This record gives sequence, C-alpha cells and structure tokens, in this order.
Amino acid sequence: MDNYEFHWNVVFNAFPQLLNGAFTTIHVSVLSMLAGIVIAVFLALGKMSSSKVLYHIANAWIEIARNTPALFQIYMAYFGLGAYGIHLSPYFAVFSALVFINAGYLAETFRGGFQSIPKTQYSAAKSLGMNSFKVYRYVLLPQMFRRIYHPMTNQFVWSILMSSLGILVGMNELSGETQRLQSSSFRTLEFFIVAAVMYFVITKLVLLASNLISKKVFKGELS
Amino acid sequence: MNLFTPLSWSDTGFILTGILNTVFISVVAIIVGTLLGVVIGFVRAESSKSVNIILGAFLDILRSVPLIIQLILFSTFIGAVGYPLDPFVAGSIILSLYTMAFMGEVFRSGFNSVPTSMIKASRSLGMSYWQTVRYVRIPIGMRAVFTSWLGVALSVIKDSALVSVIGYMELLRTAEQLISRTQQPVMILIGVGLFYFMISYPLSLYGKHVERKMAI
Repeated sequence: MDNYEFHWNVVFNAFPQLLNGAFTTIHVSVLSMLAGIVIAVFLALGKMSSSKVLYHIANAWIEIARNTPALFQIYMAYFGLGAYGIHLSPYFAVFSALVFINAGYLAETFRGGFQSIPKTQYSAAKSLGMNSFKVYRYVLLPQMFRRIYHPMTNQFVWSILMSSLGILVGMNELSGETQRLQSSSFRTLEFFIVAAVMYFVITKLVLLASNLISKKVFKGELS
Repeated sequence: MNLFTPLSWSDTGFILTGILNTVFISVVAIIVGTLLGVVIGFVRAESSKSVNIILGAFLDILRSVPLIIQLILFSTFIGAVGYPLDPFVAGSIILSLYTMAFMGEVFRSGFNSVPTSMIKASRSLGMSYWQTVRYVRIPIGMRAVFTSWLGVALSVIKDSALVSVIGYMELLRTAEQLISRTQQPVMILIGVGLFYFMISYPLSLYGKHVERKMAI
C-alpha cells in the first residue's frame, strides 16, 4: 500500500452524481419489484390453474427465470433483442431483466404461501357465513401475506444488489455511474469503496424499514 | 471485406474452455465456501453474542455489497498494492468468500436445528465434545439444511458469470467475444442460457424431490 495514495476529494466532489446513481438504483429496483409482483400473481395463478396451457406458460417462465444467471437475462434483453431491431435503453434492459426474474421467484413464493394455508380454513370460514371475498380478505390473505413478507423483502434487496449489473450495459445507476466517474479520474479504489458503502447503507435501510413495517403491521406475529 | 465471420465448428474448443472454466470456478467456490461456511456456522452457533455481532457484521458486508463491486474492488486493490493475481485466483477468492457468507447462515441454522436434548444424550453416553460434533451435530445438522445448501450452490453457479468482469474467461465472457466476432447474439446467448439451465434445472428438481421426501 506504499505507492498508492488515496485522494478522496475527487469522490467528495462527485458525490451528487453518485447520489443520483443511487437514486436510479432504488428507482429501478422499486419499479421492477412492483411490476414483478403483479406478474408473479398471474404466474402463481397460472401454475395452480387446471388449464394445461396456462400451467406450462407459467412454469416455463418461472423455471427459466430461476435457472439462468441474471447477467444472461440482461444480455438477452440488451443484445438479444437488439439483433431483432428492438433497441432497449440500458435502463429498460436491466429493468425488464429484473422484472422477469423477480416475477419468476415471487411466483413460487406466492404459490408456496398460498398452499401453506390449510384448505379446511376456507370451508370453516364459509360455514361461519362469510362469502368468498370475506374469506380471502379476513382469513386467507392476511395469513398468506405474513408468510411471504420476508421472502419479498429478500427479493427486493436482491433486486437492489443485482441492478448493479447495469454497469455492464452502461446504465447510469450507482455502479454504472461509479464506473463512469472513476474512468475519468482514475480513482478506481476510492470510487468503488464509496459505492460499496452506499450499497451497504441502502440495503441496511431497506431491511430496517422492512422490520419496522412488519412490527407495525403484524405486531410481532410474523410466522 | 467482411469483418465478421459466422460461428463455425472451430469455435467448439473455445466454447468448451468457457464451459469448463465456469464449472471449474463454481466447483472451487462451492467447495471452499462450504468448508468455510461449516466452520463459520459452527462458530456462530457456539459462540457468545459479542463474537456473533462482530462475525455477523463482517458477513453482512459480504452479503450486502453487490458481488460485481466486490470483484472490481478486490482486483483493483491487489493491483494497487502491487500483487496482481490471475483473474481465476482473484475470482475464486471473492466468489468463495461470497459463498461462505451465505453458507455460514445455512449451516448455522443447521447446527441450531439439532435439539439440545440430543446433544446432552450423546454426551451422557460418554461421547466427548468433538465426538458429539463429528457423529451427531454435523450429520444431523447438515442433513436438515441440504436443500438450502443446494439453493446457495445453484446461485453460486449462476453468479460465477460475474467473474467475467475481472477478465476470467468463463462461459458468458466467451460468448461475449464470439458475439462481437460473429454478430449472432441470439443464437449464442440462447446456447449459453441452455447450458446454465441444463445444469441448474435438474439440480433444482432434485432439491424439490429431497424436500418432499424429507417433509413429514
């Protein structure tokens, strides 16, 4: 370490740009998570449906998303679609890859959460005079939500970390921004150390928020 | 003059090297990560709160900083210090540590799943502390977390694709170079995806099978 001098000033001056990058990181993770949740609900329903066609479509999506690297999905969206003349922006390529993967993982989480609730509860609630909507609203969904809450938090953290692959397609999220800034200043170590700290802080804040919300909503009755 | 040449049979060797490199670095990371993970898991299950907090914080960093940033940081760092390593070595070190961080959690819950009464029973049968560890806690604790272990191992195979950023010629980087030469991204990428799928899918099915069998 004798011949390497740290110059933090450059990083300090570029901090607003890094914050911008961090904002894009959060932005793409939140949006990809929301879109992933919506698609995952349909995939989970498809996988539980009696229609063979729907089952196979949902199953194929889920298994491809779960069994191939995220980087492959991003390349597919960026270079693969590019070959057909569909040129996605780096942001949209990373976004669609994350949505694809989030949907696949969350679908299995949702299905597991749904199937973990005994079927007898449905009949029991029905026999108490509840209609279908009320059974779901007051009996089944609250329990299901409790079970999928932690896996969903983990998936969200995973999205934040994996959005860092944007660096490889020139996206301007935190890692991409860091890469761009360090290449014009050659303070590689300083910039990436700061980026690492920022990722750490972001994920910790997300986990903290998630714990606070779960305490408030579930009042400690998280299964 | 045509700059781009289509994919040909002579590329087979090149692709095969990429495949072997991916398998190689994944296997190294899984083995080293598992061994270190067992140790970490055991230490965490055994030690006091203060040790756990310190160890936990270190593992937390490995799990909350994106792998790609860790790889870039490490390879830049060893370069700056003046000991540049081969991309394979640098990649294996980081990938193994990353695997270790996840495996540690898996094995900790494995060790914790062995009932205290069982440990006490084996001690009262005259087993020493280490005999209990060797013949009771490891076999029973490890079996309980086999499916989680498999899950982490599968994600390591997929994450090994990221080692390409520091210049290791694994499958995806091989594919990238072929794409820039042949300009046939779709075909090559689908081939790469199929390869990962063919490794990962059967193993994940096996994991589900074991899980079903172990469920009572």
